[in-house]
Amino acid sequence: MSLLSLCEWLARSEWSVALHESLYVYPLVETTHVLSLLLFVGTVVFVDLRLLGWVLRDVPVSEVTARLLPFTVAGFAISVISGALLFYAIPVRTYQSLFFRIKVLMLLAAGVNALLFQRATRRGALAWDRDPTPPRRARVAGAVSLVAWATVIVMGRMIAYNWFDCDRQPQPAFVNWAAGCIPQ
Amino acid sequence: MTPLELFERLEASALGTAIRDSAWLFPAIEAVHLLGLALLGGAVLVVDLRLLGVGLAQRPVAYVARQLTPWLAFAITVMVATGIPLFLSEAVKCFHSEAFRLKMVALALALAFTFGVRNRVAKGQPLPARWNRFVAICSLALWLTVASAGRWIGFS
Repeated sequence: MSLLSLCEWLARSEWSVALHESLYVYPLVETTHVLSLLLFVGTVVFVDLRLLGWVLRDVPVSEVTARLLPFTVAGFAISVISGALLFYAIPVRTYQSLFFRIKVLMLLAAGVNALLFQRATRRGALAWDRDPTPPRRARVAGAVSLVAWATVIVMGRMIAYNWFDCDRQPQPAFVNWAAGCIPQ
Repeated sequence: MTPLELFERLEASALGTAIRDSAWLFPAIEAVHLLGLALLGGAVLVVDLRLLGVGLAQRPVAYVARQLTPWLAFAITVMVATGIPLFLSEAVKCFHSEAFRLKMVALALALAFTFGVRNRVAKGQPLPARWNRFVAICSLALWLTVASAGRWIGFS
């Protein structure tokens, strides 16, 4: 079963149609998704800014991460649950959205960056924990994270626009390929 | 000039017209508005969490507030600088929107409370924990109202 046919199957389910057509539940889920961003990206931004040495310079990096990342994780959980519901409400169009696909790739990039950074810092036991300006590698990790999350937000907002939708042809061949459009 | 006429004139402004006539200007400005929201959310939250006794709880409230205030001011600047053009492009719709009205009232209250009360509490003499918690809950409630009402403008 391809991912597209899985999405088509989801789109036929009663709950998916109900959620998509509901007057209040869909906007409420979407508002929750946007608000979760305050908690999730809002806290991760300040961890990243600390890694860049731009804020909370007197606080050890390990203290900032230990104190703020639990809130990031809680916000991320709300983002993922509300985001999954939004996808479930409009599965086929979202799956074939160029913006959604870039968003997922950037989510993965942000995740890999965070994992690599975590592994590197665990080994080094943070000799630079108290440095107001962390070493270059940590600053790069912070900058990559900021750019990745910013792109996730922008792409997420752009999903609402149908410029590159499969039912709007003709599109450049590259767009159709990247969005997974099937030629009629 | 009635308020409606004022809003009509604002919508007819050169900037408002340029944004309406462009396919990508509104989405682009809106995206930056949303990035500003994420930063604003963090700058408000880190201080309010501290007032609630969680987050950076090992640091003095005044220190956390001093560190975060410039970022809050920057985030508000971005929000206002992008919010005004967005408003100009659809001022008449905003005039009729309950969500817009709620957002503007909540925004005025949130700004007054944050800079008039919360930051003074945070940077002044330490207060009992329950006062800190009360201030943090008011701040969070106001800013969450601003953000959700803002999202709701798009649904109306």
